[in-house]
Amino acid sequence: MADKQQELPKDAFEPLSDGSHLDNEKIAAPSLTFLKDSWRRLKKNKAAMISLVILILLFVVAFGSALIPSMNNVSTNPNLNNLPPRIPGIDIPGFNGTLVQGGQRVNAYTGAAANHYFWFGSDYLGRDLLARTLYGTRISLIIAVVATFFDLTIGVAYGIISGWKGGKVDTVMQRIIEIMLSIPNLVVMILLLLILKPGIPAIIIAIAFTSWINMARLVRAQTLELKNQEFVLAARSLGESSIKISFKHLLPNLTSVIIINTMFTIPSAIFFEAFLSFIGIGVPAPAASLGTLISNGQKSFQFLPYQMWVPAVVLSVLMIAFNILGDGLRDAFDPKSRE
Amino acid sequence: MVRYLAKRIFYLILTLFIVTTVTFFLMKIMPGTPLTNEAKLSPSERNMVLQQYGLNKPVWQQYISYIVNAVHGNFGTSFQFSDQQVSYLISSRVGPSLLLGLQAIIVGVLAGIVVGSLGAIKKGTWVDTTTTIVSILGISIPSFVLSILLQYFVALKWGWLPIAGWSGFAYTILPTLALAAMPFAESARFVRTEMVDVLSADYIELARAKGLSKFGIIYHHALRNSLIPLVTIVGPLAVNIMTGSLVVENIFAIPGIGEQFVNSVVTNDYPTIMGLTIMYCFMLCVVLLITDIIYGLIDPRIRITGKRG
Repeated sequence: MADKQQELPKDAFEPLSDGSHLDNEKIAAPSLTFLKDSWRRLKKNKAAMISLVILILLFVVAFGSALIPSMNNVSTNPNLNNLPPRIPGIDIPGFNGTLVQGGQRVNAYTGAAANHYFWFGSDYLGRDLLARTLYGTRISLIIAVVATFFDLTIGVAYGIISGWKGGKVDTVMQRIIEIMLSIPNLVVMILLLLILKPGIPAIIIAIAFTSWINMARLVRAQTLELKNQEFVLAARSLGESSIKISFKHLLPNLTSVIIINTMFTIPSAIFFEAFLSFIGIGVPAPAASLGTLISNGQKSFQFLPYQMWVPAVVLSVLMIAFNILGDGLRDAFDPKSRE
Repeated sequence: MVRYLAKRIFYLILTLFIVTTVTFFLMKIMPGTPLTNEAKLSPSERNMVLQQYGLNKPVWQQYISYIVNAVHGNFGTSFQFSDQQVSYLISSRVGPSLLLGLQAIIVGVLAGIVVGSLGAIKKGTWVDTTTTIVSILGISIPSFVLSILLQYFVALKWGWLPIAGWSGFAYTILPTLALAAMPFAESARFVRTEMVDVLSADYIELARAKGLSKFGIIYHHALRNSLIPLVTIVGPLAVNIMTGSLVVENIFAIPGIGEQFVNSVVTNDYPTIMGLTIMYCFMLCVVLLITDIIYGLIDPRIRITGKRG
């Protein structure tokens, strides 16, 4: 063996060019943070991206329209009542101002209405349905933001404190949650209505009471897991304060749980508001919520179907978009589904 | 198990007690009196009426008698319907609501299991895509919108089923469908996710290696293991149906407690609202308790101890 090795000619070996070994250490792709990586995965999900675009558009249109003074959602005009949708330049039945009356299509825009264009039609008091729908969308989106806010503040804080402190504090906090869980949020709302007038403040308070409970439970469960990991122990032994640990070490690790759960709180909050307005204890008249509009539209659905279709479609699109985006985010953040 | 049960029942009672207390005191802060035409009464007549209803006693005594009565199922007299006991109003209306709720949850969950498993077995095909879309729609479209559409198209336009009312099985179909949409969609999604996990397990591979038929594998091995966790979402689904029933009963004019609840809220019939509130809370707690117990019974991996887990 030893002899054979000596027989090898010198030129059988060729020294590598300088620096080529450095390639082994080179990282081909830029390193991704957790959020960037999730965003990359979310971008691949077409349905979720479409939902995201739709939601952004709805946000911009609903809040942008608040700046246009002609978009008045409460001014009534009895001469212009119950007009079907008419959009300039579009001649499709349903959007050209015609209406089925006695079995045939007739142009509803006659007399005083001839020069008006109601894109989504007008209601029984001659109010612009487009403006009212946009106003209702705004309310739904405000509710979404409010629910998110309570989820992120009360829910996350409650969960972290309960999980971090542990022991008796945890027990008491969990018992409180258990009791709150078994009170339906409708009941909370109705109890609030005994002392408050129906309206957005009452709805917001009801949401403040109920919407964050799920978040608190999930955050607590996750905190319990994180609490025993080495990096938290290290931070503790270095003398970091609890508050600093929760902001610097716990919160970043809770991001996915928080984002995913927020996306599922939002549709239920939007539904809750629309539901309350539909049964007549939500947003009071003359303000419009999608729920009120659907309830009004229901009354004349047989003859003026557009009055219910418009708000119903907007509400459904809103809910579908939030749900699909939520699903997409869950897939993007869920470590189990990572490639 | 006994300890766990005792503990859960203790919390159930505590919750109901808190709700009852809060409702009582909120009722007391409310402006106005229960007497109509108070101005027409002379002071002595007023005193007589107050004495008759025990309203001249101190608040804490009224509170105790309210609690004692509530325990006996007596929630006072309705403001809206004179001389109607709230307990009678509720008990005479529980039947339709219970029937609708049960039908909806059975139909919804069974259909959800079938559709969810189909989606999992045919994962990645058009069947899967369709079931996913249908379940997203079911979760997203509010029950009241669905009810109105069902009522309009199926009942009014095509005339297949009665529009509204309550006199026979045909009348229950549309409201049941409207209520079942949510449980259907939720359980379909849930079963699909579970089943996809289960189908990749080793014991499914083994069953296949043994040469079992495809149906046998799905039915005996995959389905049973996917269904156990489904019990955990039945509780929340029941709650959802209870809320949904408020509007659905109203739209289809069904004489159930949901319809009564909405009417009482709109007409400020406080004693009825209170009675129904407590009733709703009670039903919710009982449903949650039952599903937890069932979960412990059917899944041998979970042993219920004194601690929650």
